Amino acid sequence: MNDRILVIIPSFNVAKTIASVIEGVKSELPDADIVVINDGSSDDTAEIALREGADVVSLYHNIGYGAALQTGYLYARLNGYDIVVQMDGDGQHDPSSLKTLLRPIFSGDADVVVGSRFLGETGYKPSFSRRIGMGLFGLTASLVIRQKVTDPTSGFQAMRRPVVELFCTDVFPVDYPDADVLILLHFAKFRIREVPVKMYMPEKGKSMHRGHKNIYYIFKMFLSIAVTLLRQKPAGGRLCPRK
Amino acid sequence: MPPKIRIIAVAFSFLLVIYVFDLVRRRHLNEEYSVGWLVAGVSIFILSIWQELLDYMTSMIGAVLFTSTLLFFGLFFIILICLHFSIRISALTRQINRMTQRQALLTNDLYRKLREMKKA
Repeated sequence: MNDRILVIIPSFNVAKTIASVIEGVKSELPDADIVVINDGSSDDTAEIALREGADVVSLYHNIGYGAALQTGYLYARLNGYDIVVQMDGDGQHDPSSLKTLLRPIFSGDADVVVGSRFLGETGYKPSFSRRIGMGLFGLTASLVIRQKVTDPTSGFQAMRRPVVELFCTDVFPVDYPDADVLILLHFAKFRIREVPVKMYMPEKGKSMHRGHKNIYYIFKMFLSIAVTLLRQKPAGGRLCPRK
Repeated sequence: MPPKIRIIAVAFSFLLVIYVFDLVRRRHLNEEYSVGWLVAGVSIFILSIWQELLDYMTSMIGAVLFTSTLLFFGLFFIILICLHFSIRISALTRQINRMTQRQALLTNDLYRKLREMKKA
């Protein structure tokens, strides 16, 4: 396999966990390159990531999870990577699932693979309100894309270059990409697959996803899904015909 | 309109227009953003001196008192200007994010090349 793989790790104040995450990625995917997007951390995240052998892109100030992720996509496009994997730097995503995540990409069965914490064994126990939110948006996304979505909030994903190209444009929601991105991908005629992955509960207050309040999240997501449905469909970058 | 309120309104509109002009002169306010405030100042002035227009507008919006008309248009103006600034802030946030991303990628590229040069 000659595809160049890049693992994007958007990180904000994860000095405690970033070394073990990079180590895990290296042992699972020794040929992949790793870039840590340091989203204005005030701790030693960038220094530790560099010491562990990852490349580091340091943002001057905190611009949020989605925008940090998009910086990773821009980096991938700039450096000509064929496949991109994204995972969090807080240790929530288990690197042992990386090969499972990449399998449908290698076999050509999917353009985007979303790791679902609810398809297999999981150490993740979401709160009641979060479970309701996930269920609601999972159901909405499932109805729109006519495909079962069990984990619409998962940030553990793998994708091919045309998807990265799409995410580099203004259509990507830079504040908090979520179920609306799955709908966007469906409209762009990309094939989406979910695979079971291992996820853990992030350390309290450490996750990049914790910046938003639950009520705002629910409001934002409904609004974002509604406008995604109303907007002009993005130009397709489909790699294989969708059945 | 009682003369006391009329005098206060005329004085306020004059002060507003002069202050906005001065802000533009000292480059504390861009011409682009001064237009709305100047229009507001001139509108207050016209409504203060033209009683028939104020009465006509009061009957047009179905109000009984002229104060309700002034309050209605004042609120309308504030909502419009807040919406305008929200749009501008959204655009500026997008621009700042893009600039931050570009700056970070360029810095990364520079450091990478420096590291390669040191190795060579």
